[in-house]
Amino acid sequence: MTTVAASKRGFDIPALLAWFIVAMVMVGLFMPIFSPDIGVMDVPRLSICLVILAIAGVRYELGFMRNWIGDLILGLVTAIAAWLLISTVSDHAGEAALGFWALMAATWAASWLFVERLAIWKSSSPLAARLINLAIPTLFGFTLLVLWQLIVVGAGVPKVLLPAPSEIWIRLTTSVPILWADFQQTFLKAVLAGYFIGCGSAFVVAILVDRVPFLRRGLLPIGNLVSALPIIGVAPIMVMWFGFDWPSKAAVVIIMTFFPMLVNTVSGLAASDAMQRDLMRTYASSYWQTLFKLRLPMAMPFIFNALKINSTLALIGAIVAEFFGTPIVGMGFRISTEVGRLNVDMVWAEIAVAALAGSLFYGVVAMLERAVTFWHPSMRT
Amino acid sequence: MTALASAKDTEMVEKTNSASPNRVIDIENLSLTFETNDGPVHALSDIDLKIDEGDFVSFIGPSGCGKTTLLRVIADLEKPTAGSITVNGVSPEEARLNRAYGYVFQSSALYPWRTIAKNVALPLEIMGLSGEEQQERISRNMDLVNLSGFEKKYPWQLSGGMQQRASIARALAVEPDLLLMDEPFGALDEIVRDHLNEQLLQLWAKTNKTVVFVTHSIPEAVFLSTKIVVLCPRPGRIYDVIDSNLPRDRSLDVRETPEFLKIAHRVRDGLRAGHSYED
Repeated sequence: MTTVAASKRGFDIPALLAWFIVAMVMVGLFMPIFSPDIGVMDVPRLSICLVILAIAGVRYELGFMRNWIGDLILGLVTAIAAWLLISTVSDHAGEAALGFWALMAATWAASWLFVERLAIWKSSSPLAARLINLAIPTLFGFTLLVLWQLIVVGAGVPKVLLPAPSEIWIRLTTSVPILWADFQQTFLKAVLAGYFIGCGSAFVVAILVDRVPFLRRGLLPIGNLVSALPIIGVAPIMVMWFGFDWPSKAAVVIIMTFFPMLVNTVSGLAASDAMQRDLMRTYASSYWQTLFKLRLPMAMPFIFNALKINSTLALIGAIVAEFFGTPIVGMGFRISTEVGRLNVDMVWAEIAVAALAGSLFYGVVAMLERAVTFWHPSMRT
Repeated sequence: MTALASAKDTEMVEKTNSASPNRVIDIENLSLTFETNDGPVHALSDIDLKIDEGDFVSFIGPSGCGKTTLLRVIADLEKPTAGSITVNGVSPEEARLNRAYGYVFQSSALYPWRTIAKNVALPLEIMGLSGEEQQERISRNMDLVNLSGFEKKYPWQLSGGMQQRASIARALAVEPDLLLMDEPFGALDEIVRDHLNEQLLQLWAKTNKTVVFVTHSIPEAVFLSTKIVVLCPRPGRIYDVIDSNLPRDRSLDVRETPEFLKIAHRVRDGLRAGHSYED
């Protein structure tokens, strides 16, 4: 399997990675790990880290156990090495030297090698295949977090510039009530209300526009104009109209989500072809029957496109709108005030919550799309 | 105006009845001109045609001769600009609103989000039939086109020939006495087409429907029809109407008989003559 993958690419990346691991281990062995002049032999935990990485790299080069068992051991070694590095560096914050960076690079290469190996695993059971597909991006993200942690702590980056993931995690777990209140205010109230009202009203207007030709010519350009309004300009006006609390943020979200939904639904309603419409005509089908049995199902891929775009737009809109006046709760409010107080770890905690909420929201819409437009060529399995 | 129109219709029904008790389509002096940017296009000109109940009529001609347009006029998908036409004794629009015909298109036009059974149910839902009645008609008509067992499949899981059979079942489910078919097998390979032609003939013999069939294949037209209408283009008009003397109950072997070849020859001559002024 490896040889096939290698011959396709011209050179063998896994072998290069294994060589790289061995080379970095050598650097780690002879260069100082922490300043001033602490060698790897002075730190027992890093000695273990160095040895297991060396064994893993050499093992792959020698072609020993190039199967799933060897790969799993490689994954385990990588995880242990990462944990050893993280737990050691916290006692030597800001003192990392060349040897430490070499071990970090070796760990990173080991994790890359593990993912490379994982990507060529073949499994007959669909469940295992799904798990592997899920594991690859998860491992990738986790590797980034580990590197972030090691670099920030090892190089002693000031907390204001970039806090370590561990600090963000601690902040996240200790401020759950605040984060939950912010999440409720911004997401559960402003985002969801704005999203449903914005998408729902755009859907209804799209059907009207489709039914009444003069609206198409009159309303679509105005909709276009509204969508071009800068959110920074609209948000303060919405605050003046609808007050400080969440309705003004929902209004901003409505403005942001309305137009993508309108345009997509209108073009979706035009997606059925002449033959399909003639077919309905031969059945003497009424306008509403044609709408529900032909044109709306046909429009669904377009509508879901808009729903997906809007799921991320809505969150951005609500958070930015909170910068312009809000009660003392909300994700945008928290971000703007905590930045002012140099509590950057809290800002990052809010960002993490927003990223998680946004991804989940998008994921739910995408799953709904799969269920509704299973018939579309892009969805067929 | 409406009263006047309906009075005219009744009169026409009586007239038709007196001429022939089972006339299904009566076309007189019919013309259709499309206004385009490049000037008028005479798609149909001075068409006279009578089709009786139980006939299997084929329209054959080269591309652009108006055979599909003529079928669409019968189906009220196009409006003629001159002349008169009645379907079942009434105007095509009324016939359409009465769901007097089933129309089979060039491609199956099945809805991909519906299973085959639900596709066949589509016209029945629009007609507002009860669930039981729908179920009964679905199973009967899917059986008629040999698609039993495929009810739960989606159209994109079936072959082209099966899709087209499903679309025929959908047209039959309306239970019309008149079946309008616009090159239904044009996109299929010859082996599948022969097979479906045979099945179509059996179906026609079983149900005694009137069929109007558009094709540009001479063997297909001769094999299927009791009456062959040869059309020629610019302007679209009828060049020849051939009544077939082949037995109604025929198998694919009939294509080897001298009678078959004679009719095919006459059709080919007609197509050639209609075309000759172009060269």
